[in-house]
Amino acid sequence: MSAVLEVRDLSVALPAGGDRRRAVERVSFNVERGEIVCLVGESGSGKSVIAQALMGLLPPALPVTGGSILLEGEDVVKLRPERLRELRATRMSMVFQEPMTALNPVMTCGAQIDEVLRQHTRLAPGERRAKILDIVHEVALPDPERIVASYPHQLSGGQRQRIVIAMALVLEPVLLIADEPTTALDVTTQAQILKLIQELQARHGMGVLFITHDFGVVAEIAHRVAVLRLGEMVELGAKIEVLMRPQHFYTRMLIAAVPKVHPQGRSADASAPLVLETRGLSKTYVDRGWFSGRRAVNAADDVTLEVRRGQTLGIVGESGSGKSTVARCIVRLIDPSGGQIRLGGEDIATRSRAALRPLRRKVQIVFQDPYRSLNPRRTVGEAIIEGPRNYGLSRREALERARRLMELVRMDPGVLNRYPHQFSGGQRQRICIARALAMEPELLIADEAVSALDVSVQAQVLALFEEIRARLNLAMLFITHDLRVAAQVCDYVAVMSHGRIVEQGPALQVFGGPRHEYTRALFAAAPGRDFAFGAG
Amino acid sequence: MYKFIARRLLSTIPVLVIVAVLVFLLLRLTPGDPAAILAGDAASRDQIAQIRISLGLDKPIIVQFGIWVSHILRGDLGESFYFKIKVTDLIAQRLEPTLALASFTLVIAVLVSVPLGVIAAWRFGGWFDRALMGFSVLGFSIPVFVLAYILIWIVSLKLGWLPVQGYKRIGDGFWPFLRHLILPSITLSVIYIALIARVTRASMIEALGEDYIRTARAKGLPESRVLIAHALANAAVPIVTVIGIGVALLIGGVVVTESVYAIPGLGRLTVDAVLARDFPTIQGVILFFSFVYVVVNLLIDLSYVIFDPRIRY
Repeated sequence: MSAVLEVRDLSVALPAGGDRRRAVERVSFNVERGEIVCLVGESGSGKSVIAQALMGLLPPALPVTGGSILLEGEDVVKLRPERLRELRATRMSMVFQEPMTALNPVMTCGAQIDEVLRQHTRLAPGERRAKILDIVHEVALPDPERIVASYPHQLSGGQRQRIVIAMALVLEPVLLIADEPTTALDVTTQAQILKLIQELQARHGMGVLFITHDFGVVAEIAHRVAVLRLGEMVELGAKIEVLMRPQHFYTRMLIAAVPKVHPQGRSADASAPLVLETRGLSKTYVDRGWFSGRRAVNAADDVTLEVRRGQTLGIVGESGSGKSTVARCIVRLIDPSGGQIRLGGEDIATRSRAALRPLRRKVQIVFQDPYRSLNPRRTVGEAIIEGPRNYGLSRREALERARRLMELVRMDPGVLNRYPHQFSGGQRQRICIARALAMEPELLIADEAVSALDVSVQAQVLALFEEIRARLNLAMLFITHDLRVAAQVCDYVAVMSHGRIVEQGPALQVFGGPRHEYTRALFAAAPGRDFAFGAG
Repeated sequence: MYKFIARRLLSTIPVLVIVAVLVFLLLRLTPGDPAAILAGDAASRDQIAQIRISLGLDKPIIVQFGIWVSHILRGDLGESFYFKIKVTDLIAQRLEPTLALASFTLVIAVLVSVPLGVIAAWRFGGWFDRALMGFSVLGFSIPVFVLAYILIWIVSLKLGWLPVQGYKRIGDGFWPFLRHLILPSITLSVIYIALIARVTRASMIEALGEDYIRTARAKGLPESRVLIAHALANAAVPIVTVIGIGVALLIGGVVVTESVYAIPGLGRLTVDAVLARDFPTIQGVILFFSFVYVVVNLLIDLSYVIFDPRIRY
């Protein structure tokens, strides 16, 4: 075996006052030539810190305090800065999570790849150009001449990630470090990028350290898996071993928390009373430039759907499919351009703000980002009682209700006087749910409400949504890009693409035998769909 | 793009109209009679009245305004009460010193402040950064005329390196021209160095926190290239904006600086004209300054296209 990378007892310090002493604690692993090793962990596990340590890119606040990082036998930790710079992009390269921001917006893509060549080679301009076009072609970008002359903002997220990969691989490094390279991408794009990384890895025989939080991705791409928890490595082994027969309790918990792709067959009562019904709902954004003329975008087009009491309708789609637009129209945060929104039989699509007010209470929404949807300068108690107080409840009654709801969402009612920053992401999302429920709504909308959460926390919050729906007999509209999440909680599913619903029906039917081409493509792209986690 | 320029130029018209009306009214509402000043201390009441008629100041304000505007539309800013020549000629005569002073000041300010700001941001929180921020507060607070006299006292009087004041036209030789401009430009540039360095630093700190900086470092680029080609290129728009604001503020700055250093430019002309209640000159110079201001702003907006390919007009 020839190890490209050998990490031995690596420790990285955290600044004083952190939640633990070290970001990374005596971690050891190898990456062999021609091998993909997945580093898996939840947020705060230290996986990105390890990636940055390998590249020598750690900020001064996080110094390496012990151990060694041998890249083809050379210890990165002890290298002079000049030598380290020589190694970057030539022997080891990195691909980052956010393709939208990882490229310099004011430089053409070609120039950004060219920088690598100018820095590390003595090629003539013509040779450099040929090499750039070659690598752009190799990462399967169409029309390399045009792509090379484009600025990042002119490309899609997937195309940008291909540029970053091209930049990383143009000098054929022996080690590629990929830090959550597909997390910010849509599922179909993710599948393409994963395939590309696998192909390039096989063709060039390099070692890949692939960092992810998603076991679906691990199942798809890894040869070996290392599991990190709070800076320590708890498990390391071949993919099949770790995914099918996890040894450590933490790995078992993580794998158990991965939502199943197959929906649980819950019989939904088709005669339950209708809570929400949209008929031909549409939203058109008109971009009226000064001179460019009118440009209309149909964010939602002829959307017709129903949600009944005690049932959950999932809207599934990729970014830009219009699923959030539909949610915002239903809550009337934005005004629809056409169609009807019938709430308990009354059309609210065109009601004035004042006439809408009594009905606002009936529809509540929980948003994606628990870190930003609570006012940081108000206690969570104030956040929860503000709504009911606006609808005439006395402070004492509202607080009483807030305490009951905190118990419902499994939080200690005694913490109502604390501020949002004192809670974790999962706790905040529970608080957001309590806030929504405080209005005693008939319809609860969850707009990507579990997308920002770690998989173990996600499983808990999903279970909470289920429990609340059943206990309060609520109608729920669950918006998500994640098929597994939809499978877990939805009775009915509507699949959206380009503002339209392309397929709609009972979850069992849609997941069991998707009819529309787009739905099938979406299912085929879901990472790890054929993998029976923990089945061994 | 051309439509944008045309639209912006058209939008200068209302701005200039408002400036014209305000300046005209303000001058007539403030106390001080140009005729009395022109006539001198020994003049009789009749003589003053005579002069007033000859200047057209006896007519109703609205008529005076009409005459002035109709002249402007023909490109004529009127004749100075005091200098007895056309205001347009007067501005043309005084333009060179002001232009020279303003450009020198800007060049010094930009050449000094941008590198300072870049280094401070790079070594954010270090001694250089803190020293620069300290200097910047000092630079903001010290009045231009105080700094001017301190510099004259040290550089000209004690060391005798540069002339105390005055101005030499560029036609009289480049070296004398330069020697007379060095002190005034340095004096005037201090506040802009403080301002631009601060904005450069803030804008650079933001850019250095972006993901593409990490990408650039991961490519193995040297720090200088990361700072200039990646961070500074992205930090450019706010920096250019504040330089543009600087140009506008410079108009106020030259008034004081030209007075202290006895430079016969537009700033000095403004002061002289105000003291003499020379209405046509004041109106003319202010209109001219407003026009320059609007054009500079337009140029700044257009320059964004060069610095950021995402901006399109």
